[in-house]
Amino acid sequence: MKSLAELAAIKEKMQNKVVLREGSSDIRVVVGMATCGIAAGARPVLNAFVEEVNNAGLADKVTVTQTGCIGICQFEPVVEIYEAGKDKVTYVKMSPEKAKEVVEKHLKGGSVIADYTISNI
Amino acid sequence: MKELSLNVLDIACNSVKAGADKIDILLTENEEELTISISDNGCGMKADFLEDVANPFRTTRTTRKVGLGIPLFKMAALQTDGEFSITSKHKDEFPEEHGTQTVATFRKGHIDFTPLGDIVSTVTVLIQGSPLIRWCFCHKTEKGQVSLDTDELKAVLGAVPLDNYEVINWISEYLKEQYNEIGY
Repeated sequence: MKSLAELAAIKEKMQNKVVLREGSSDIRVVVGMATCGIAAGARPVLNAFVEEVNNAGLADKVTVTQTGCIGICQFEPVVEIYEAGKDKVTYVKMSPEKAKEVVEKHLKGGSVIADYTISNI
Repeated sequence: MKELSLNVLDIACNSVKAGADKIDILLTENEEELTISISDNGCGMKADFLEDVANPFRTTRTTRKVGLGIPLFKMAALQTDGEFSITSKHKDEFPEEHGTQTVATFRKGHIDFTPLGDIVSTVTVLIQGSPLIRWCFCHKTEKGQVSLDTDELKAVLGAVPLDNYEVINWISEYLKEQYNEIGY
């Protein structure tokens, strides 16, 4: 059974990292989580981003956050990627599989997957 | 919405938007019925807004003139011959004790009952999205109950935030184990 003692162990392990993390994220992944996004499947997409960003070892560099309706409900689930000094990239009709690909190719590899962006719809 | 847990996620987002710093999600279930209550201490709604809140053309969103969160949740309850209510106290009229409570009751045996689905995922997504809010989750069933209060976790975690990946995973496993324990 999971216990609070286990949580305390996570704390010990993380404490040193926390200081480093603050303000160091330079990429922001924003998932639309209004009624439209949720109904279209944003929850598993968000979970996939959280998991894959961590698996790729990008947790210090990338923050995954949520927002309300982005305004293009017909293209949900919508994910926006903000990176300092670069244009915003908007991915549309996302799925957990596409999210995994975006983490690998875009967030890790640095190349936008044009096929999934709004300009290709 | 394919699962009621998605409605819960959606309605709780309204509480986040209302500026709440404590949100309670309470599920009470027996053989026949499931009652979902989401209550917050956010800014609340004024009487005229509240009166019309289940109208799809009444919304706070700025990107569209239609809001379907509450209408969809209400429909999901009423289509099972269930019940639905929202009560709210606006902060201007109740400066001490304001907030909103949404309660929906579902008849589980009805053919149009939507399954609850992955409620654990809803809880972790909510905590991940708003780690500064105090989240209290409780699911009472006839076999026992599953519960989580993020204040108890914060007391252990200190400066480590709730949206830390390992913490979120721990919360997910913690809830799943509680469900296994009661054989839900």
